[in-house]
Amino acid sequence: MVDTTTKTWHGIVLDVLKRNEVRLVTYVPDNVLRPVIDGAHADPYFTAFAAAREEEAVGIVSGAWMAGMRGIVLMQTSGFATLPNVLASLACACQIPLLMMVSERGTLGEFNLGQALVCRTMRPVLDALGVEHHTIKRLDETEFIVDRTIRQAIGTQAPACLILSPLLTGGKVLS
Amino acid sequence: MLRNTKVMNRFDLTQRLVAKLKDEAVVGGIGFSNFDLWASSGGQRLENFYMLGSMGLAVPIALGVAIAQPQRKVFALEGDGSLLMQLGCLTTVAAQAPKNLAIIVWDNGMYAITGGQATPAAQAGTDIVAIARGAGIAQSAWASDEAEFEALVDQSLAGDGPWLIAARIDSERAVKQTPRDPVLHRQRFMQGMGVRGA
Ligand SMILES: Cc1ncc(C[n+]2csc(CCOP(=O)(O)OP(=O)(O)O)c2C)c(N)n1
Repeated sequence: MVDTTTKTWHGIVLDVLKRNEVRLVTYVPDNVLRPVIDGAHADPYFTAFAAAREEEAVGIVSGAWMAGMRGIVLMQTSGFATLPNVLASLACACQIPLLMMVSERGTLGEFNLGQALVCRTMRPVLDALGVEHHTIKRLDETEFIVDRTIRQAIGTQAPACLILSPLLTGGKVLS
Repeated sequence: MLRNTKVMNRFDLTQRLVAKLKDEAVVGGIGFSNFDLWASSGGQRLENFYMLGSMGLAVPIALGVAIAQPQRKVFALEGDGSLLMQLGCLTTVAAQAPKNLAIIVWDNGMYAITGGQATPAAQAGTDIVAIARGAGIAQSAWASDEAEFEALVDQSLAGDGPWLIAARIDSERAVKQTPRDPVLHRQRFMQGMGVRGA
């Protein structure tokens, strides 16, 4: 178990990814995800890079998994909204344990109407496709949820999505 | 450059490619690109992945394979319409610069499988090789005829990439259809990649 008294949520996420041999980190950036992205770039264990579009990142991580390398796609809520076709046709249809981590915008203090609206499509899309998802709200549950979600995805060969609530990350507010 | 290239045939060129392969991975893009790959391989090559519904993702999937297995050469076969949908991936490929990745673009100037509608690029006279070079894939070339296509494939098999080979092709439909069994294709490909036992 990691020591949650000194650990940040992003430190825990990076530790758990490592422990589960998730080496490939692709993303379209988001401000809240910055410490995970920076941490992955700073650690030579990870191969971390930006893709031009979330769909592309899903393709890259899916291809890598089929060739023996585990990966995860990091994105924001709006990026998730671009994914239903690739989730249905690639990850779900082929039974690929695609790991996704979404920084949740659009709730608990959102200032952008578009984000608030698109956020409402995320869980219905995941549910419609039968994709396992968990929303992480508390630091002391982060390790357990991330670790078990990764293991279940791999064990059952099913995509999974981890949603980072503003309750965990602080989210983004209008400054 | 574009104007002097011969109009070739996708099935013929795919057969020429497959004839040169040993354990290289090949990711066939949506529709006719993977149908002709299936037909050219007699449905037998385990190192082929037949991508069934994710238009535009042959190159990203192939990039993922190339990153996971740097010792293995990986080909992505993509239609021009599909590539147009995901042009940004060329910059990702250029940025990662995988030595073991070669992209082949079948340019018929149309969305053949959906009825042969012209792509905007065909209407505009867009040069896909110029786009790829501009994106940073320096080793991008039009194959002016079948012999040059084969020579470019030989180069990409022998040397460091990333490579992009574009071929103008006719409007012929694919000769056969790939079975629509995504799990089977994924499973066989993983065997071909040595990730799963037979
Ligand atoms: C996202 C998405 N949009 C549209 C389609 C419908 N569609 C399937 S194949 C295709 C055309 C593919 O064109 P191209 O890659 O040039 O290959 P060609 O048919 O010419 O061989 C289209 C538009 C789809 N499957 N997915």
